Amino acid sequence: MTAPTTPTPAATAVAAPLLEVRGLKKYFPIHGGIFKRQVATVYAVDGVDFDVNPGEIFSLVGESGCGKTTLGRSILRLTEPTAGAVKFAGEDVIAMAPDELRAARRQMQIIFQDPFGSLNPRMPISDIIGEGLLAQGLDDRKARDKKVEDALETVGLRREYTRRYPHEFSGGQRQRIGVARALALDPKFIVCDEPVSALDVSIQSQVLNLLLDLRHDFNLTYLFISHNLSVIQYFSDRVGVMYLGKIMEVGTVEDLYRDAKHPYTVALLSAIPNPDPRRRKKRLVLRGDVPSPVAPPPGCRFSTRCWLREQLGNPERCSTEVPELKVLSPSHQVACHFDDKVTSSAVAETVAAQSAVETAVASA
Amino acid sequence: MTELLSAEAPFGTPPPRETLLDVRNMKTHFKVLDGIVPAVDGVSFSIGRGQTLAIVGESGSGKSVTALTIMRLLDIPPAIIGADSEVWFDGKEILHMPIDQMRKIRGKDVAMIFQEPLTSLNPVLSIGEQIAEQVRLHLKVGNREARDRSIESLRTVGIPSPEKRIQQYPHEMSGGMRQRVMIAMALSCEPKLLIADEPTTALDVTIQAQILELLKVIQQKTGSALLLITHDLGVVAEMVDHVVVMYAGQIVEQGSVNDVMIEPRAPYTMGLLESIPTAEKRGARLSVIKGVVPSPFHLPPACRFEPRCPYAWDLCREVAPELSRVGGSGSDRLARCHLHGPEGESRRAAALENHVGAMRAGRGLKENPA
Amino acid sequence: MSDTETTQAAIDAERIRRAEEAGEDYEIGLVSLSQWQLAWRKFRGHRLALIGLAMIGALVLIAVVGPIFLPYDFATIPIPDKIVYQGRPPSLDHLFGETGGLQRDVLRLVVNGARTSLFIGFSSMFIGVIIGTIVGAVAGYVGGFLDNVLMRIVDVMLSLPLLFVILVASRFFGNGSVLLIVIIFGLFGWMGVSRLVRSQFLSIRESEFVEAARAVGVRDRRIIFRHILPNAISPIVVVASLIVAGNIIGEAFVSFLGFGVNPTTPTWGNILSNALTFIPLGNWWWPMFPGVAIIVTVLAVNFIGDGLRDALDPRSRA
Repeated sequence: MTAPTTPTPAATAVAAPLLEVRGLKKYFPIHGGIFKRQVATVYAVDGVDFDVNPGEIFSLVGESGCGKTTLGRSILRLTEPTAGAVKFAGEDVIAMAPDELRAARRQMQIIFQDPFGSLNPRMPISDIIGEGLLAQGLDDRKARDKKVEDALETVGLRREYTRRYPHEFSGGQRQRIGVARALALDPKFIVCDEPVSALDVSIQSQVLNLLLDLRHDFNLTYLFISHNLSVIQYFSDRVGVMYLGKIMEVGTVEDLYRDAKHPYTVALLSAIPNPDPRRRKKRLVLRGDVPSPVAPPPGCRFSTRCWLREQLGNPERCSTEVPELKVLSPSHQVACHFDDKVTSSAVAETVAAQSAVETAVASA
Repeated sequence: MTELLSAEAPFGTPPPRETLLDVRNMKTHFKVLDGIVPAVDGVSFSIGRGQTLAIVGESGSGKSVTALTIMRLLDIPPAIIGADSEVWFDGKEILHMPIDQMRKIRGKDVAMIFQEPLTSLNPVLSIGEQIAEQVRLHLKVGNREARDRSIESLRTVGIPSPEKRIQQYPHEMSGGMRQRVMIAMALSCEPKLLIADEPTTALDVTIQAQILELLKVIQQKTGSALLLITHDLGVVAEMVDHVVVMYAGQIVEQGSVNDVMIEPRAPYTMGLLESIPTAEKRGARLSVIKGVVPSPFHLPPACRFEPRCPYAWDLCREVAPELSRVGGSGSDRLARCHLHGPEGESRRAAALENHVGAMRAGRGLKENPA
Repeated sequence: MSDTETTQAAIDAERIRRAEEAGEDYEIGLVSLSQWQLAWRKFRGHRLALIGLAMIGALVLIAVVGPIFLPYDFATIPIPDKIVYQGRPPSLDHLFGETGGLQRDVLRLVVNGARTSLFIGFSSMFIGVIIGTIVGAVAGYVGGFLDNVLMRIVDVMLSLPLLFVILVASRFFGNGSVLLIVIIFGLFGWMGVSRLVRSQFLSIRESEFVEAARAVGVRDRRIIFRHILPNAISPIVVVASLIVAGNIIGEAFVSFLGFGVNPTTPTWGNILSNALTFIPLGNWWWPMFPGVAIIVTVLAVNFIGDGLRDALDPRSRA
């Protein structure tokens, strides 16, 4: 067999990171009233730092509204960040002029979530995949078509499909076309924004395999954005857990799935439904909803739903002092004041308390 | 084609009393411009009182149409219901009964929860009014009692201070809260059967966990039966006792959750389980089901899964397999596959072994030890 | 086979494996039809729309060909020797009857009126749609201050009592030429289109495929013309069909009041206007035939609009 897909070992890399994100913020103003004045601010991404090393798959995980998608787009400047620095291969992306940015986009690409919304329904496949090449100055139609056909073949579709329109393809095939569009520019780095969330299980695994193959073949680096923790633990090398615009915990998959130190990460992991009925378990269920990013809680963003805080008797520090990311090991960082209190017995205690409440409700 | 039988037409005999819902040979086809789509093509299963059953399948498998047909929520035409299809609920045939009789059952004895609560709730009525209206309609009680019952059912689904919440409108609530309201509404008349169509698909992981726990507690508390429609095998494993796996409008496998999820017998189920990414499969290529779901206008002639099946042979292209008993006599496991017929005997062991291998690790691992 | 010696055979094997996974061996589900073919298929299923299309087709044919066989020129047609006040009812010679006064053939008038009325209806629609699309596109794509200014202008235009403005304008510039009416109707009939186009642009601008185009470096011009506009076209077409109907009625109305096209040029409105004083004499055929023509045209256009609305709705593929 060709194309072995051994992942590069989670890089505690000596090489310089391919992507450096420092203090990145993206706020959206909300306008209201007759005079369209700014009445509020959505703190979508609120000061995020991380690195992505060459060749690795770095994942961002979090629930809707945590800012992971906005973060991905801000890095590519598809939305302009409010503050912060993004360096790609040593170059400052934020400072780039429009033409420089256009050139840089050859290197940094994106794959979108919605296989239906991300392809223009009124454009044939040849134009959808080829227009990036055109925009990058490849004016020769023949050369462009050749590249488009190559890209189609690379993602497993037939060369002859170039004259067809998106609606003639199934969801999985459209997602492949989206991948081919990104690939046609020979990028080094691809932001994958929930690329398999809209797909059926059997198709999802095809696309994941394809992404792994392409990484191997073209030496790609991925920033993989997802809310699906089982996909992330299978797919990524390192993971950043986001909540309300901030990173709560960063680590290798092993760090996080074996030794999560943030109460939110613990709850997320506990919420994964396991397809093996023998492993039915009592979950740790978080109370309430994610607060609105318009008015994030002061102090730790997670404090309003934190089970650990409750167990510790609601220490004041959680609601007054914003926890910084602290280094636990070279690969593992966590933003929690009481990460040393996150133990399996603490989790078990909370779960036990919850089931006691449930039993009481059920027998009421 | 719309040879609907009148209510007096001779049907089969009612199922035994302990069977709450008995679906027999359900066929729901849709007439569209391109031809006829056999969305549900001869589906039979039953649910006992207080039992839980999940229908799993990917998009286009017909799982949601099955639920909508049971609820009689499809427009006829374009939908065409098979004349010999029957659905027995609580001792009555409901698929062909007059629609105004069905309306009395719907919402009272059978209630349904939908995927997107925002679209199934009325935006201009407060949630209290919506629940109370249903209670008044079905239980014939006065305003005061309807209100009390609404508050009570909101309390049951864990909505804090329900006395205040009943005055809120759907758009003032979060997705998780709305789904709770939907469940409260479904529960308000104490249904014997709760149908939940992808109840957590639109929700975040931690909220999904809340709702699933809630459904479990409620189900135990009220003793109602649960028919869960989902594509998520994880949710199935956590929630139900029995599973029906659908593919291209047909049942391909059915049995207890432990049997189907741990020792699947239909290649489609095997493939689905193999393709789920897990920690054990890290570093290896995921095993996949190749290809795509067939177009309903060009269904494969015999076995509908044959073009995607790694174990298929000539017979699978010639003879459509029946849904038949697998395992020992007395087993309630059914699978639709020639592997379990007499002709498949020589291939069976290898296929099952292959599946076990694929579950332990992705296939690539064997060739490239990481 | 080691990883380093990737032979051609290995590359092919890999290609085939990927293709198998992607399911390319299936014929793609449905027959290859372009968006417009699909729309036509749906339109065809809409009986009233088809009838409407046939009627408009016939009317356009009559408007184009009719005047060649039945020419009408106010100046050259001889004035009858004896001017009779009463008109003549329909007969075999004059299928639609004759007018009172100058004894004109009503059929001839209606046929020639069709040419002017349809011309006014369609060309003023084109002007309105073009202005509206440009304004809406600029407002929606550029946004910000310019958007605010343009939309306030639209608000002001919409708050004018349009009928009076049109009457005043046509009297002010008043030479009663067809072109003037076309321009006036065009200049005052774009606001709805601009609002529609703006909202389309606002929503399509945020769509993932536009974002994807931006991500590969596509420039604004191409985004507007290749991405947004083609996807905004369906609702514009629907609205345009309704504008045609509105303008035909509007022209009739304005001409009827005597503020429209020169009364010697036959338009359906002018014919009606001239017939006005003869109605008490019981000359029903005179106002009836142009009236019926207006109703038929407007109905047909509305039927087509309905059909287009369904056919161009991307959400249904039946």
